Amino acid sequence: MQKIFNKGKWNSTIDVRDFIQKNYTPYDGDDSFLAAPTNKTLGLWDNVKKLMKKERDNGGVLDIDSHTISTITSHKPGYIDRENEEIVGLQTDTPLKRAIMPFGGIRMVRTSLKAYNKEMDPNVENVFKYKKTHNDGVFDAYTDEMRRARHTGIITGLPDAYGRGRIIGDYRRVPLYGMDYLINLKKEALKNYVLDIMNSPVIRQREELSEQIRALEELKEMAQSYGIDISKPATDTKEAIQWLYFAYLAAVKEQNGAAMSLGRVSTFLDVYAEKDLAEGKYTESEIQEFVDHFVMKLRMVRFLRTPAYDELFSGDPTWVTEALGGIGVDGRHMVTKMTYRFLHTLTNLGPAPEPNMTVLWSTSLPENFKKYCARLSVETSSIQYENDDMMREKFGDDYGIACCVSAMRIGKQMQFFGARANLGKALLYAINGGKDEISGEQVSPAFAPITSEYLDYDEVMERFNTILDWLSKLYINTLNVIHYMHDKYCYERIEMALHDEEVFRTSACGIAGLSVVADSLSAIKFAKVKPVRNENGLVVDYEIEGGFPMFGNNDDRVDAIAVDVVKKFMGKLSRHKTYRTSKPTLSILTITSNVVYGKKTGSTPDGRKLGEPFAPGANPMHKRDTKGCIASMASVAKLPYDYSEDGISYTFSIVPGALGKTESEKYDNLVNLLDGYFTEGGHHINVNVLDKDILLDAMDHPEKYPQLTIRVSGYAVNFVKLTREQQLDVISRTFHERF
Amino acid sequence: MEGYIHSVETYGTLDGPGIRYVVFMQGCALRCKYCHNPDTWQLQAGNKTTVQELMEDILKYKNFIKSGGVTLSGGEPLLQPDYAAEVLKECRKHGIHTAIDTSGELPLITCRHAIDEADLVLLDIKSIDSAKALCFTGKGNENVLRLLDYLEESKKEVWIRHVIVPGLTDDYEDIEKLAEHLSHYTVISRVDILPFHKLGEYKWEELGLMYELGSTQPPEKESIAKIKTIFRKYKLNVV
Repeated sequence: MQKIFNKGKWNSTIDVRDFIQKNYTPYDGDDSFLAAPTNKTLGLWDNVKKLMKKERDNGGVLDIDSHTISTITSHKPGYIDRENEEIVGLQTDTPLKRAIMPFGGIRMVRTSLKAYNKEMDPNVENVFKYKKTHNDGVFDAYTDEMRRARHTGIITGLPDAYGRGRIIGDYRRVPLYGMDYLINLKKEALKNYVLDIMNSPVIRQREELSEQIRALEELKEMAQSYGIDISKPATDTKEAIQWLYFAYLAAVKEQNGAAMSLGRVSTFLDVYAEKDLAEGKYTESEIQEFVDHFVMKLRMVRFLRTPAYDELFSGDPTWVTEALGGIGVDGRHMVTKMTYRFLHTLTNLGPAPEPNMTVLWSTSLPENFKKYCARLSVETSSIQYENDDMMREKFGDDYGIACCVSAMRIGKQMQFFGARANLGKALLYAINGGKDEISGEQVSPAFAPITSEYLDYDEVMERFNTILDWLSKLYINTLNVIHYMHDKYCYERIEMALHDEEVFRTSACGIAGLSVVADSLSAIKFAKVKPVRNENGLVVDYEIEGGFPMFGNNDDRVDAIAVDVVKKFMGKLSRHKTYRTSKPTLSILTITSNVVYGKKTGSTPDGRKLGEPFAPGANPMHKRDTKGCIASMASVAKLPYDYSEDGISYTFSIVPGALGKTESEKYDNLVNLLDGYFTEGGHHINVNVLDKDILLDAMDHPEKYPQLTIRVSGYAVNFVKLTREQQLDVISRTFHERF
Repeated sequence: MEGYIHSVETYGTLDGPGIRYVVFMQGCALRCKYCHNPDTWQLQAGNKTTVQELMEDILKYKNFIKSGGVTLSGGEPLLQPDYAAEVLKECRKHGIHTAIDTSGELPLITCRHAIDEADLVLLDIKSIDSAKALCFTGKGNENVLRLLDYLEESKKEVWIRHVIVPGLTDDYEDIEKLAEHLSHYTVISRVDILPFHKLGEYKWEELGLMYELGSTQPPEKESIAKIKTIFRKYKLNVV
């Protein structure tokens, strides 16, 4: 029986959402339909696991192709085991071999190659004698003040040396429409984009469209090199997955972006699967096999990074984030069998950090699905959850998550990724008259430091305000430089080719150290804080007399301070002029860099000592949340999403025994916990269900735990790939474990 | 009315059904050798909290405890029976399920009004052998068994809790007797077997108390399994 897709707007214009809405089948059942891995899958995965072990044994990098500048078509086709691969395509000609992508910064390529004892190819070196990169451009334009802020670490993690990432191409367009249609539409757009005045924005748009068209043609060519013609729409599940993967592959062949999300593909793909099942074309087992093979490929995405980068973001993350589930604007939930199949890869192939499985949670999701997610969280700790009820209001029902927590409408919106400002340090600058508390260097314009014996709340707040004025302006200006240069020298041709011509842009700022600042201000307000000065009058430590409320105990006295800081900083950011008139937004997210931020920040008035890690994301500081995890969550849930639209990350770790006594109690309790947290207005939560003893054992015997996955701020990592320092930080963090 | 509260746990999952807001109240007249909260023994300690203050805090968690509830634990919550009764009554007004976690060692007459207000009683029976109970808790078991009779009469749901401490409470004959005894009650919906652990040992040290069980190890898995089988033999829902 031939099944035809329901027609709609999607037939006359690019509208993937319309195709999904007109054709998808919500699934309310449980997981009993799922298929086990086929022998082919197990054999293939075994190969990959062996390669991954070799990679680990080899110091984290298996091999590097240092001769070929990576582009969409630069490498010959690559295979794991050609006979047995249902879905094909690798970044280079052999599995896990890393490519060089120098357009973000040739310097980063040089340092990376050196770190792994590889020679820079003279031919490549020669190209960049004449060709400038994004990194060169940025440093040509940076002001002295920007350089200072960067090296003292008040603004860190800036994407000024490599690909900025956080852009999600609408990879679904390729299977749905085929390349010819997409190329023709872009050509038409270019032809029509002729305005009266030929000014910079118009010229830029025309140049970008031309780049996009070229990239689309290359994508078609790359697929062809694998013997697959993707010029017409895909006709079945296997083709749809393969076409879609090629589109994604083109992106990761050309951009080593900080985060390369996949988008929201599962429900889209389910439409094809339902058709094939109805027509008897493929069995459930075959469809699961395609998904398993696809996910295997996503787990193999690699970028060449420097050891310094790994110190910041350990575990070799790529943030292949896939958004799952959620509720449609019409009220139907968007859980399909394909949603299950994607999550089922965690069982079929075992836990893994990538793809970054992100469940868009709503209290109205089907109960079966909620329980299934809870069970997988307990078993694998590989899932993060985000509040769909809250995001749907702002982003509709076809948004994806860039990186960890940043929602954006797929194919219609992109962001200029801006890392984060260290607000803990900013508070210390407020006290020290703009001098760095570690180096003593004057970083902001000089103003009078606080000289009183005890810190006065109003006085500190006034100076903090001044520092935040300065910081917000400097921050936005710095991002403007970075993104101007990235567009100029390292434009994401293929990802943007899979967007509408007119996209909505945000300047995604971020903050680190929120709980440190909240607790510090609380200490100053409710206890007595005495600064300790060194011989130069620089405050380097604090003595606290008396107790004070701490963030993470659902205590409004301090939680309100945290809320106020977020609102204040967001308000200041939005007053500055941004590149391409993007809308400034804010995230409270640190990835694993909370460790490095802490290292670079002096003692703070909350009692945290010089060098001690910050809490990750929006988490309360370690061990300060004493009323149990719900109080801790409730504090985090108060942080206003309206003022932190780029996401608020919370990491939750619990030992299995504290989740409930029986297995089914554990799942129920976790479901109720998530329902409660999101009803309270929480935005994001990582769920780890782990015994501390296992982590301790894994530190000493990494070989026993190659797939041990834990969630850190906004993404998942292989625990054994973290630096020792980060491992200790994870273990010392609050594990909710009352018995 | 004010009560003495040691601390609260907003995510209790082991003291009654679902997610529970657990109030650890001060005061306990028993001196169980394996107690993991000796810091709650003293009655007039901790934070003085009014019923209203406590209720305000509990209600902050309504979205989380919808299918769970509130559990009064301790310490021995029934040592502050008026306060307990008042809190339970307030919870009922707000449609919150309630439980009391008690050793049942107090004379019923002093705390019946509080017990009557609870939806569920978690009854910790230390030993079926009164002499043994006396030896390692400081009190016999007459009151707790009497309380169980009362709960049967008043048709109040009960979860039995029994801590297994090697050498003290793991005698299979005693367990058999206990199970047989419990099998005559219709109100018992569940029996929780709780393996002894030493997570509270450091508190004894902090309080300058002598911890006698320093060399006692948690029970073997096999032993726990066998004990559960005994309860199951008497058709008890043991977890």
